[in-house]
Amino acid sequence: METLKPLGQYLAVMLLSPLLPGVINRVKAFFGGRRGRPLLQLYSDLYKLTRKTPVYSRTTTWVFRAGPVIGVSAMLTALAVLPFAGRPSFLAFDGDFIFLIYLLGLARFATVLAALDTGSAFEGIGASREMQFAVFAEPAFFLGLAALARVTGHTSLSAMFGALTEDIWRTAAPVLALLTASFFIVLLAENSRVPADDPDTHLELTMIHEVMALDHSGPDLACILYGAALKFWVFGALIACMVLPRHSGSWFSDSALFLLVMLATAAAVGVVESVIARLRLIKVPYMLITAFAFSALALIFQMGR
Amino acid sequence: MHTFAELIIVFVILMDLALAVTGSLSTCIKLVALQGVVAGVLPLLAGHGAPYVRAALFAAVIVTLKGAVFPWLLMRARDKSGARKDVEPLISYPASIMLCLGAFIASSWMGSRLPLPETEVAWIVPASLATVFTGFLLITTRTKAITQVLGYLVIENGIYIFGLALFVEQPMMVELAILLDVFVAVFVMGIAIFHISREFDHIDTAELSELSDWRRGEYGK
Amino acid sequence: MIMLMMLLPLAAGALAFMITGDRPRRALLLWTARLHSLLTALAVWDHAAGGAVSGFISGGAPFRTAPPGAAAWFSFDPLGLFFIAITSSLFLGASHYAVSYLAAEKLGPGEKADGAFVFNNEPETVFTGCLLLFLAAMTAVTASRHMGMLWASVEATTLLSAPLIYFHRHKRSLEATWKYLLICSVGIALALMGNLFLGAAGLKTGAGLDLDTLLIKAALLNKPLLKAAFLFLFVGYGTKMGLSPFHTWLPDAHSEAPAVVSALLSGALLNCAFLGILRVNAVCAAAGLADFTGGILVLFGLFSILTAALFMLGQRDYKRMLAYSSIEHMGIVAIGAGLGGAAVFGALLGALCHSLTKAGLFFTSGVILAAEKTKRIADVRGLWRRAPSTAALWLGGFFLITGTPPSGIFLAKFIVLREAVSLKHYGLAAAYLAFLAILFAGMTRVFISMTFGEHTPKPDEKPFEEPAGLLAPAAFFFGCVILLGLYIPGWLAELMRAAAQNIGGKL
Repeated sequence: METLKPLGQYLAVMLLSPLLPGVINRVKAFFGGRRGRPLLQLYSDLYKLTRKTPVYSRTTTWVFRAGPVIGVSAMLTALAVLPFAGRPSFLAFDGDFIFLIYLLGLARFATVLAALDTGSAFEGIGASREMQFAVFAEPAFFLGLAALARVTGHTSLSAMFGALTEDIWRTAAPVLALLTASFFIVLLAENSRVPADDPDTHLELTMIHEVMALDHSGPDLACILYGAALKFWVFGALIACMVLPRHSGSWFSDSALFLLVMLATAAAVGVVESVIARLRLIKVPYMLITAFAFSALALIFQMGR
Repeated sequence: MHTFAELIIVFVILMDLALAVTGSLSTCIKLVALQGVVAGVLPLLAGHGAPYVRAALFAAVIVTLKGAVFPWLLMRARDKSGARKDVEPLISYPASIMLCLGAFIASSWMGSRLPLPETEVAWIVPASLATVFTGFLLITTRTKAITQVLGYLVIENGIYIFGLALFVEQPMMVELAILLDVFVAVFVMGIAIFHISREFDHIDTAELSELSDWRRGEYGK
Repeated sequence: MIMLMMLLPLAAGALAFMITGDRPRRALLLWTARLHSLLTALAVWDHAAGGAVSGFISGGAPFRTAPPGAAAWFSFDPLGLFFIAITSSLFLGASHYAVSYLAAEKLGPGEKADGAFVFNNEPETVFTGCLLLFLAAMTAVTASRHMGMLWASVEATTLLSAPLIYFHRHKRSLEATWKYLLICSVGIALALMGNLFLGAAGLKTGAGLDLDTLLIKAALLNKPLLKAAFLFLFVGYGTKMGLSPFHTWLPDAHSEAPAVVSALLSGALLNCAFLGILRVNAVCAAAGLADFTGGILVLFGLFSILTAALFMLGQRDYKRMLAYSSIEHMGIVAIGAGLGGAAVFGALLGALCHSLTKAGLFFTSGVILAAEKTKRIADVRGLWRRAPSTAALWLGGFFLITGTPPSGIFLAKFIVLREAVSLKHYGLAAAYLAFLAILFAGMTRVFISMTFGEHTPKPDEKPFEEPAGLLAPAAFFFGCVILLGLYIPGWLAELMRAAAQNIGGKL
């Protein structure tokens, strides 16, 4: 039974993650006074897309086809090292937080290459912007995780969050609060949410992430959409583990609480998207630098203790 | 209670960062006021040493001055000078924030090197030094006269927090004399800003460059 | 008596804001200055006579001792007494000058350096009031026995003198005022930080910031913190004192202020800031850090002289030139204080003589400005034809300030040099002499070219009538300096020796 639990967790994540974009959309619809799409819309979309025949432009090569697959498999691997409800994952090893960062980088690299492979000007713009923001987001994320490693004294994600108890929150509250804020900003930017990017925009010129997926169709698009949902889960799970240091010992209550916090995180993103306007493109790096500053401050605090 | 004081210290540092990136003049004024107020009530939270009535009275004076009088004076100076409403920095905001962070790293290092008395509230020394640095940053990299006054006030806030960190008890009379000086300084600078805006039609200190031994100004004709 | 010395200008200053008539206000300024210097003279006499005067006044009990238990906020030690004596006598001369100056300024705005710009002078009430309050603040600086109070007083002098610099109310004086306000305020804020370090250094011993307690407990203070305290206080008060590289406000403020204010800034204010450094230096010396603090003082002193020498060479404005000369003398004084020993006496003598000479020179420069309506050196030629007595004073002041015997400044410079040589700082002595030589050359060029040569009358020039009221204070000060070079009265030498002992010097 105990060996099955991590696998069960993993399967649960794979099944549940497309729910989160639905939650965000419903929250946004609520703020906009609309009823909004069904909660399970993404499931239907994925089902529909997987049954379609993909269309490929003649100018594209295998790089274009490999992009979505690499992206989604990188995310699936990342989830394997990610703890669930404060419990270790089955692939946890020392230093796996660096592994996680590189997996995210690999997924981004594959997506960007696929976008460039189309030869379309718009996709080139999107790719360039994606990389530009990543330059700022990655150090913030890396420093944040490093600070967390320093706080807890472990280098494996599972161990880090496992060691995160209420006592640590009591003594190092400022550090953890800063880290949570930093992770949240990185989450918004990495998942192309407002204020960094608008997932619902219809103008190619203002798109960042969406524009890179314009030429994908059928199962490829399904991969991309599913990968995005998984990516959101990765960041959401980090935040949920941060703010949820209590471990009751009961697997079911822990998991239920964790899923609740995940939904709350998605709802929070929905609220942020509803109340904040999208930033001008040149201001987005400022936002990410703020996240970097938060992470750096947290690290300095922790070193100076 | 100390965790709460620490949170406040973090808040002070975040305000330093915010000051480094804020583009709006009125937001800057409000941030400085808020920082002053937060610094003013800090001794009540840390709750050591001084008799409580005295501390409360003193905190009340500081909160009134820094939270109400100074912002009012500066807002008035801003309105009267008819200046543009943004701070017009000489360096970009990311550069400002990086400098601010660098200052914080340097002050943490300095704070750990100085043989200061053990403080119960962590980071209070680095935070105060970083605030002083931020004040210098505001003075040197912003073009407006008002932001220079703001920088002066930020330095003052930093020094005040530093004083708290060192437990240096100054007699009431000296503390009040210092506050009076700061008040008069802001007052006189406010008047000067008003005059500058009248004479030059703006309060951009970059234009205050006629007196120099380097440039061939008035005397080099 | 100290309270009286502070309250008198304070009350007079407040009163000056209310008096509307010009004549009574000027009389108030004059009589306050006279009374203040009388009180100062009494205090000095009291010191020389060993407390006899105060004993006589307060009926036997010497009034300078504070009530037991409570440390006095204000009291004069010989050092403070020496500096208040300089300040007060300077203010006496300045007030006489100011009265004549204000009267002349009322008749027709004297200075038209700004071309078409007509001065809209500050109301005389503000000027006189701030002048008197400025005196009160400087008295408080010299009398403070508490580092915190000293700080507050020094900051007060900055704030009160800012309106004085802005007397002429035009662009350039505004620029100078702004720089002065901002640079000095920020600098002095650093001194406040130094005060905190000083307090922290004595935290375990409970020394506080009271000077007397600090001096007694000096050996117990935390050395690294004391060093930090000295550095911050040095930078803070050094900014105000005009030591290079913190001097940038000084030439601007001195050149744009009215002559009387420049004289007070240069002669009295810089000394007050120097006093702040001397106080903390005394504490450090008592704690056994004399080598450290002395090294810093000498280093920055020498650098100040170098800066002054370099800027003197290409100088185009004669009031700025005088300002750089002030920087030079502050450098000399700092070197003297840093070397210790007999040089401290030289530093004090230098401070005294520089104050008197420089005030006289600034007074004279005011008259030249009134005569020639320009501050540019190149536009002033053949002064001796147009205003012979002014030219004579200008040239005489030049010889005195550069330290030509029998000037008292010569004596001061020589004592400092002798101490440097006797301590085997040959490099220092050589650099000191070389820089002074450059300064001498630079100043000679200016003074000679201004005084002699052919005077080419400007188109609308009227014959200039030299105002005796403006020249007399300068002449008097110059006379004093010559006298000091030839003979130092016993009571003054005694006072200076006691003052030098206060800050660790020996003679």
